[in-house]
Amino acid sequence: MDKLKTVGQPVRKKDAMALLLGKPVYMDDIVPQNCLVVKVLRSPHAHALIEEINTDVAQKVPGVVAVYTYKDVPQKRFTMAGQTYPEPSPYDRLILDQRLRFVGDAVAIVAAEDEAAADKALKLIKVKYQVLEAVLDPHEALDGPILVHPEDNWRSLCPVGADNKRNLCASEVCSDGDVEDVLSHCDYVIDHIYHTPACNQAMMETFRTYTEMDPYGRLHVISSTQIVFHVRRILANALDIPKSKIHVEKPRIGGGFGAKQTVVAEIYPAFVTWKTGRAAKMIYTREESLIASSPRHDMEVHVRLGASKDGTIRAIDVYTLSNTGAYGEHGPTTVGLSGHKSIPLYTGNLEAFRFAYDVVYTNRQSAGAYRGYGATQGIFAVESAVNELADKLGLDPVAIREKNMVREGQVMPAYYNEKTNACALDRCMSRCAQLFGWKEKFPVRDMGNGKVRAAGVAMAMQGSGISGVDVGSATIKLSDEGFYNLSIGAADMGTGCDTILAQMAAECLDCPVDNIAVFGADSDASPYDSGSYASSTTYVTGKAVERACQQLKENLCAIAAQMLECKPEDVEFTGQGVRRLDGGGEVSLMDIATKSMCGNEIPVQVTYTHSSPVSPPPFMVGMVELEVDKETGGVEVLNYVAVVDCGTPINPNLARVQTEGGIVQGIGMALFEGITYDEKGNLLENSLMQYKIPTRLDMGHLRVEFESSYEPTGPFGAKSIGEIVINTPSPAIAHAIFRATGVWHRELPITPEKVLMGMKAKG
Amino acid sequence: MELKLTLNGRAVAASVEADTLLIDFLRAQGCLSVKRGCETANCGLCTVLMDGTPVLSCSVLALRAAGHHIQTLEGLQEEAADFAAFIADQGAEQCGFCNPGFVMNTVALLRENPDPTDDEIRAYLAGNLCRCSGYEGQLRGIRAYLDHKKGRG
Repeated sequence: MDKLKTVGQPVRKKDAMALLLGKPVYMDDIVPQNCLVVKVLRSPHAHALIEEINTDVAQKVPGVVAVYTYKDVPQKRFTMAGQTYPEPSPYDRLILDQRLRFVGDAVAIVAAEDEAAADKALKLIKVKYQVLEAVLDPHEALDGPILVHPEDNWRSLCPVGADNKRNLCASEVCSDGDVEDVLSHCDYVIDHIYHTPACNQAMMETFRTYTEMDPYGRLHVISSTQIVFHVRRILANALDIPKSKIHVEKPRIGGGFGAKQTVVAEIYPAFVTWKTGRAAKMIYTREESLIASSPRHDMEVHVRLGASKDGTIRAIDVYTLSNTGAYGEHGPTTVGLSGHKSIPLYTGNLEAFRFAYDVVYTNRQSAGAYRGYGATQGIFAVESAVNELADKLGLDPVAIREKNMVREGQVMPAYYNEKTNACALDRCMSRCAQLFGWKEKFPVRDMGNGKVRAAGVAMAMQGSGISGVDVGSATIKLSDEGFYNLSIGAADMGTGCDTILAQMAAECLDCPVDNIAVFGADSDASPYDSGSYASSTTYVTGKAVERACQQLKENLCAIAAQMLECKPEDVEFTGQGVRRLDGGGEVSLMDIATKSMCGNEIPVQVTYTHSSPVSPPPFMVGMVELEVDKETGGVEVLNYVAVVDCGTPINPNLARVQTEGGIVQGIGMALFEGITYDEKGNLLENSLMQYKIPTRLDMGHLRVEFESSYEPTGPFGAKSIGEIVINTPSPAIAHAIFRATGVWHRELPITPEKVLMGMKAKG
Repeated sequence: MELKLTLNGRAVAASVEADTLLIDFLRAQGCLSVKRGCETANCGLCTVLMDGTPVLSCSVLALRAAGHHIQTLEGLQEEAADFAAFIADQGAEQCGFCNPGFVMNTVALLRENPDPTDDEIRAYLAGNLCRCSGYEGQLRGIRAYLDHKKGRG
């Protein structure tokens, strides 16, 4: 292959300077400030029925335009999960419901001329609640006496093993080989339950949406979303109006991490605008974003891992109990990754596996999609179990992984029998050990001042898009003077996909990145794309860009051939234009663009749509060095080294920052972040004061490198990077804390209190 | 109530409520770089300069700014662009929503301490949360700017 010019370069993000200099590019910066302000009254009870609701006084507050209750909304259930139709997530929502299912569930919607009037009206809505007993513990949910969704119009569109009359959102068992038989013949079986509580994406821009009626009588939605096309369908379902009546676009997005793969804020202003005809906006407070949104699924993962004395891992049995909370968004799908993206890491010698799960409803905040999407939870469990095994056998945890890890060319029975076309996990491990200094750092070091230093390790994988489902499209157009327009439906949420897709186009078209103007995403104007989630954009949409550019080049050659009075096969594309192979002339892109607008019938705009039957996993190794204070239980991360195989890094800068950002989120999840509830179902971490995300003092020093493989089905050999990077910190940190203290922590986050109490209990 | 102050070098007189927060006043004045990330003074997104000192505009009443000089990123574009370009070269802006607050605080840092160590940078900016970048790229960018300046000077 020719040397790449643009792909693989650390190109600056196209919007970087605008963002750094604070230009007004986000939803609340660009919409009219005189629109209605929409607010939601939230349930103070975990489970209740609205007996009476009186909005008369609230409606009389000056400036209040409308107050809506469950009596005013369509009665067709829908899901807010941004997934391809038919969604695996059950249709269990109404815009407003008489039954309230968690503290924070929507009771009423207020629209007012300003925020003060809306706030005042919220206080004046009189509600008589019939408070019901709540089911908060996921262990008591399945087949328990309290039903979260007893309603008859609850629907599950896909065969995911759901039954609302059992509080069951999904269930499944799958296996390969006889796991019980192999386990019974293993020398050692590690058998533990690992718990990852819900945690929050905490993107800096909270959920927000603006809606207005356009001149054609359509609902125009500007939303901070990862999924413009899914938003269109979901709003149409919620409002019970035709999809043709809705137009959704996204501006710059202040972070998503999966949170904005669920329709969280959109339905409220959309309903107000549809009813009143007035422009409206809803901006979630930070508290709302923390208590009534779409956090990671709380999962309990039971791992039984069987091995022989020499460390050969022969069988893995995983059972996951996932708590989807009050509604089922992403419930049936996140759970699958807890097994399908943890067990295959040990394909090497695996004789049998079984993976089973139940996903249950409870009266807690509804969960959703968060970077890692279940893989993070499963990998914490399986990687911890492998570290426990290594300790039990007295083997080096790096060596035990090298002995059992999946290798290139292997078929992974636990990963839908996909084959690893590209896998540099072995190289990631050896490089990471070398960079980190594993041999020197793995031995526990007492620093002599009450502090102990220790190290931990973990591996991870993820996918690249949803195989056979995700669709990515790209439209590439030659415009005046020979520049190109690239239109996409994928959503750049800060990750830089607008730029890396432009890099791919520039590579194909042999031009500078500046010659590619990127547009996206808009449900009317962009070609269809499932949206930016499931680590799909680089791999799926990237391939669509590559193919669209190939087709465009052919079309440009055809036009040029007419101009040069020869056959299309007698010319070649040069980047600056098209020339005759016989040296008999050349036309510039500008000439072709000019020609394309005069007496031309060959399109200079091409759309290509791509979907992949496979989802090639990226792989990664992370190693952490930390220091435990034996007096306080405090844990300080000193060094984190990661080596990632994402196939070809399209933009090494952006891939690196993705990795660093994911690692720091993972450190937060491991050490500080976790959602807890009181006995009444109140969520306790309802501000950034209580929900502590890492600052730049909490992360130590990061070092990231790439060990590239070449994925033949991806654009330029690329796989994905966005999600995998959050998966190693939890197991690696739990490992290092065990090394320092002799105590395994099987529940996150591992707070100083837990570390100290663990050491005391051990004596 | 009547409020008079200097905003990005320009005299401004406006009528505000007694409980209007500085952040809301500034956004209403068109300073849309000022972002709200929380309601509890934890994120640093709304950082602006009051008489050259960084303050969280979500925790200052607009009337407290009476008679003072407020600067937002709108008023410091050139000074910020100088080092911001180096952060852009790391790809560390990411979603960008935290950038104005972080950039404002970096302006304050570099005015106060033109040659900070890495630890001094981390400590000064500790109150500016970022959920995307993992912070390391921001540090690399500032370090590259400082190195560049030394080479130049």
